Amino acid sequence: MAPNGQHSTYVQADDLDACVDLFGRLKRRDFLKFCTGVAVTLGLSPALGARIAKAATSPARPTVFWLSGQACTGCTETLLRSHHPTVDTLILDMISLDYHETLAAGSGEQAEIFKDQSMKRNWGEYVLVVDGSIPTKDGGIYCQVAGHPFVDDVRHAAEGAAAIIAMGSCSAWGGIPSADPNPTEAKSAQDVLPGKTVINIPGCPPSPYNFLSTVLYLLTFGKPPELDAQNRPRFAYGRLIHENCERRPHFDAGRFALEFGDAGHRQGWCLYKLGCKGPETYANCPAIGFNDAGFGAWPVGTGHPCFGCTEKGIGFTKPMHAMAEVLTVTPPNLFPRVAEPKGQGVTPAAAALAAGVVGLGVGAGAVLTSRLGKDVPPDEAAFEPPHYTEKPDNQ
Amino acid sequence: MTVDRRAFLKGAATGGSAAALASVTAPGEAGAFARPSKPRPTQALGLLYDSTLCVGCKACVAGCKDANDMPVERSRDQESWNSMVTPEQRNQVVRQVGDTQPIWDTPKSLSGSTLNIIKAYVHGRAEVKDRAEDGFAFIKRQCLHCNDPSCVSACPVSAMTKDPDTGIVNHHVDRCIGCRYCVWACPFNIPRFDYDSAFGKLRKCELCDHRLAEGELPGCVATCPTGATLFGRVDDLEAEARRRIALKPGDTYRYPRGDINRRFGPYTPPHEKVVQAAYQPEVYGDRLLGGTQTLYVSAVPFDKLGLPHGPHIPDRMYATETEAVQHTLYRGMILPAVVLTALILIARRNVDRHHTEAEED
Repeated sequence: MAPNGQHSTYVQADDLDACVDLFGRLKRRDFLKFCTGVAVTLGLSPALGARIAKAATSPARPTVFWLSGQACTGCTETLLRSHHPTVDTLILDMISLDYHETLAAGSGEQAEIFKDQSMKRNWGEYVLVVDGSIPTKDGGIYCQVAGHPFVDDVRHAAEGAAAIIAMGSCSAWGGIPSADPNPTEAKSAQDVLPGKTVINIPGCPPSPYNFLSTVLYLLTFGKPPELDAQNRPRFAYGRLIHENCERRPHFDAGRFALEFGDAGHRQGWCLYKLGCKGPETYANCPAIGFNDAGFGAWPVGTGHPCFGCTEKGIGFTKPMHAMAEVLTVTPPNLFPRVAEPKGQGVTPAAAALAAGVVGLGVGAGAVLTSRLGKDVPPDEAAFEPPHYTEKPDNQ
Repeated sequence: MTVDRRAFLKGAATGGSAAALASVTAPGEAGAFARPSKPRPTQALGLLYDSTLCVGCKACVAGCKDANDMPVERSRDQESWNSMVTPEQRNQVVRQVGDTQPIWDTPKSLSGSTLNIIKAYVHGRAEVKDRAEDGFAFIKRQCLHCNDPSCVSACPVSAMTKDPDTGIVNHHVDRCIGCRYCVWACPFNIPRFDYDSAFGKLRKCELCDHRLAEGELPGCVATCPTGATLFGRVDDLEAEARRRIALKPGDTYRYPRGDINRRFGPYTPPHEKVVQAAYQPEVYGDRLLGGTQTLYVSAVPFDKLGLPHGPHIPDRMYATETEAVQHTLYRGMILPAVVLTALILIARRNVDRHHTEAEED
């Protein structure tokens, strides 16, 4: 796909103009725009776009191995649907994708031999991407590639990896294969690689730009971007979906769709009561959408509640229409009045009772004072409580 | 014996309470009895809330809860519409509404869990903002940090203190004995006790002094998008407030945001706005009840916004009178000693007569 076969002749990092040929349909201007966009996605200064462009066109294209386990190929499909850059630009000009079961030109033993050779050559320097969960029951025999358990492949490849990226919910936290009853004891990449730093890009599938931005950050700065407690890049998973959702004003105003197709649903009201997991799911879906299709191209935008695919314990775990726990509780669009009515004021009966108690206290105090120091028999000194004059009916 | 008792009661009543009654009735005479008001510290910090700028977004309510780590709140009568299923109840079909968690933070007023709240004045058809008739307006309620605070005067254990430099009225939870005198003493109804807890604590706004110590603005100011809540030195805020009440509808004014002195928090540029409604010709907080460090300007009369206002509200804090009464009654402990002596004498007289009666028998 690279034009004129020129992708093998690399340009100097400074010579951006020479990149034009390398990017096929992509003009230099468009390429710089893309890199600036990546910088902004990452929360970096747009000025760093040029630095990212240099890194992306560096002669030493980083080697990437992509291992697929118990996966549906959805994560590869999402990558194929990225438009800036297109996947051909990515895999031919920006990275050297040396092994990918779906995208590789070769197959069978040919591909495996090339993988082994390349892995030896680039030992300690390549980027390892894992998609799909990793079965561990019975020695991991439920997913085998080229005759050996996938879990062994991952552990071997991770030994020589400079960085490990878990692409998609399955490899980030287990995903669908790990859902109850989990017959294969499917685990995440982090679970089978204790002690290694695995950058998790959860999502089912994740946005390709979260993956691309992370890869370009690694190439540019030589270290992973800022990660949260679950090793997800903060630039993509730092905020709740609830915080960026275009339907949030409906939530704050108390306008909810109650079933699919009802009046509220057709008006685009909040999907919280249909079980939307946005209030407890961290992801940037509402901010960047999917497929470059413009505004609203994400699950909630199309009228389906978020099901929490990026969150362990929520996606594929919590029932689809069970209500979410709101992690950031804020006030609604309602206001308390200046004088909010409270109680019913003093009733005459209560006032009479209070007056009686006060009178009793004053009387008792007076009697007590008058008898200070007197040595009177106890029964005479005892205070006589008021008694009812009415006698009980003796029938 | 009955006659003796009446005589004794008379004596007791006149002797013991004459002085007290005289003292209590005295302040009625135009406060001649009151001690002088305490002035505002020169470097006092405070807020200026401009009701005409407030858009009712309640970012300050959320910002305050966030800054002070306060729990969310829901009243019992809101449970039917403000509830969600807890994770434990997820798979239960039948549930008690009262056991659910709130999905919105819906305080009705200040409380042990809410130190700052935006309330709405609503009249009739509520058509136009900042109009008293058939209009509406917003009001922010939080501690006014009085120049001469009643809560500090009323507190028996010095749990309420006023900072001599910043003038911030602090509440020290570790000293508080939970007597709630401050709740009764405050004319603005600010300190609130957490009645829902068996070991409830009292809480009030402390102007986020923990954030000020780090150079940050108070939570409510940092989040305010329009500058309706403005932070700064109170004297400068008062000058700003006077400039605003001199404006006429149609005038354009550059409203500052954040810290008027640009000392705390990130700099936020001012914004221009055309004045829509005529301001009330008064800055609330400059004189009433001895003056406060939270100032208000508004287009709607202040009494409609729930602030004590009117000819019956004096220019000095009630503490000036109550303190004078208390300090007179207990000066040198003379009066308590007199009362105690009287009680002892009464007791002795009763004992003597009893002995006499016994001897006669």
